Amino acid sequence: MEFLRPTTLADALAAKAEYPSAVPIAGGTDVMVELNFDKRRPDALLDLGNVAELSTWDVEGAVLRLGASVPYARIITELSDRLPGLAMAARTVGSPQIRNRGTVGGNLGSASPAGDAHPSLLAVDAVVEVASATGSRRVPITEFFLGPKKSALAPDELVVAVRVPVATGPQQFAKVGTRNAMVIAVCSFGLAVHPGTTAVGTGIGSAGPTPLRAPEAEAFAAQELPWGTRGLLSDAVARRFGELVAAAARPIDDVRGTAAYRRHALAVLAKRTLGWAWDEHRRSR
Amino acid sequence: MRVRIEVNGEQHVADDVWEGESLLYVLRERLGLPGSKNACEQGECGSCTVYLDDVAVCACLVAAGQAHDRRVRTVEGLADGDRLDPVQEAYLVSGAVQCGFCTPGLIVATHDLLRRNPHPSDPEIREALAGNLCRCTGYEKILDAVRLAASRSDGG
Ligand SMILES: Cc1cc2nc3c(=O)[nH]c(=O)nc-3n(C[C@H](O)[C@H](O)[C@H](O)COP(=O)(O)OP(=O)(O)OC[C@H]3O[C@@H](n4cnc5c(N)ncnc54)[C@H](O)[C@@H]3O)c2cc1C
Ligand code: FES
Ligand code: FES
Repeated sequence: MEFLRPTTLADALAAKAEYPSAVPIAGGTDVMVELNFDKRRPDALLDLGNVAELSTWDVEGAVLRLGASVPYARIITELSDRLPGLAMAARTVGSPQIRNRGTVGGNLGSASPAGDAHPSLLAVDAVVEVASATGSRRVPITEFFLGPKKSALAPDELVVAVRVPVATGPQQFAKVGTRNAMVIAVCSFGLAVHPGTTAVGTGIGSAGPTPLRAPEAEAFAAQELPWGTRGLLSDAVARRFGELVAAAARPIDDVRGTAAYRRHALAVLAKRTLGWAWDEHRRSR
Repeated sequence: MRVRIEVNGEQHVADDVWEGESLLYVLRERLGLPGSKNACEQGECGSCTVYLDDVAVCACLVAAGQAHDRRVRTVEGLADGDRLDPVQEAYLVSGAVQCGFCTPGLIVATHDLLRRNPHPSDPEIREALAGNLCRCTGYEKILDAVRLAASRSDGG
C-alpha cells in the first residue's frame, strides 16, 4: 500500500489522476473503521490532511465556500450564525472526538443516506465543487447522490468545497436515534425558511436510497405560510406539511427502524421543525 | 514506511509501519506507550483518546501517516514527573476508576473539556464525555471526578 501525502490541492489532484484507486482520507472516521476491520484494502491512501486549501472557508457574496476538510467542530464554533442548519446537524454527529476529525467532504465522499450533513445541504440548495487534474465542475447537491453510498464523483475527482448559501432566515435540523449521542440517524430532517423569497427548503435523511428533498411539501409551505401577516402557523398547515414530507420519503425496514416508523417520525420532525422555524421568524425583528 | 511523531515532547521514529495502520497501533505496539487503550477500533468507546496537535481525537481513527511530523500527547504525558495532573488526581480520589480500562481516554477527554471550559455544567460534562464508554462505574463517580477537578482548577 502507498501512503500519499500531497501538500497542495494541485498535487492532491495529480496524485488522484495517477492513482485513481487511491482512497482519500480526511478525518478518517469512516475510512479507518473500514481499514481496522479489514473491509477495505486499497492500493493507496491519499491523505488530505496537509492540503491547507481544503481546510479553510470564505464568504463569496451570498455563498459560503466551505472547504471539504473543515471539521464539524469548526463548523459549530465558526459558522453557527451563517450556516445554522448545517451547524445544528454537525452538533449531532458522533462525539466530540468524531466532530474534531470528521468533515463534510468525508460525509459526501461516503454518500451514506444517513449522513447528517446532507439534509441541511439539500434544504439550502448547496452546490458541491469537485475537481480533477483536468478541471473543476459544480454539482448541485440534488444531483450528487446517485444511490446508497454512490455519488457523482468520478474516480479521478475530489470534493474540494461545498458552496452553501448563507442563511436568509431560520433553519432547523432534527434527528431521531436511540440516544442523544453517537447514533446513526433512524431518520433526520433539515429545513430552511427563506422569508425574503417566501420559499421553504427541505432535506430528508436516512429514509430512502439517497438523501431526498420533499418538493411538494416545499411548495405547500411556500403557498400556505402566512408570510404577509407573520401570523401564527396553523396546526392544519403544520400537520399537512409533515404528511407531505413523510410522503416524499422512500424508507425501508432495517435494523434501525421500520419504514412505517420512519415515515411517522419524519412527519413529526417536519411538523415540529416548521413550528420552531416559524416561531423564530415571527420573533425576529 | 517510516513515521516520525513527537509524543509527549519527545521525538519518536517508527520504521516498517504498514500504511493502513492506526496511530493507536503505533503508540501501543511500536513506541511502547500502552496508556491509550484499544477496545473497539471504531471510534465508539473513546478509550484511545489522545491529543493530536492539541485536538482530542480517537487514535484508532487516525492513520499513522497522518500523524507524521505532528505532536501527540497521550495520557502518559499529562503527569509532571511523579505529580499527577489534577484530573488524574480527581479520578483517583473520587473512586472513578474500577477496572481502569476506560480511564486513560476519559482522563484525556476530561482534560480537554476543562481546558476549553474550566467550569462546565452537568449537561456540558455529559456532552463532552459522550464519546467515552465505561462498563464498570455507572458514570456517577466519573461525573464526581470531573466536578472535583473543575472545582480545584481555577482556569489554569
Ligand atoms: C463513532 C462514530 C460516530 C459517527 N457518527 C456519525 C453521525 O452521527 N452522523 C454522521 O453523518 N456520520 C457519523 N459518522 C461517520 C463519519 O464520521 C462521517 O461520515 C464523517 O463526515 C466522515 O468524514 P471524515 O473526514 O472522517 O471522512 P473519511 O473517513 O476521511 O472519508 C470518508 C469517505 O469520503 C472520502 N473522502 C474524504 N474526503 C474526500 C474528498 N475531499 N473528496 C472525495 N472523497 C473524499 C474517503 O475516501 C472515504 O470514502 C460516525 C463515525 C464514527 C466512527
Ligand atoms: S478504541 Fe478507539 S474509540 Fe474505541
Ligand atoms: S472502570 Fe472499567 S470500563 Fe470504566
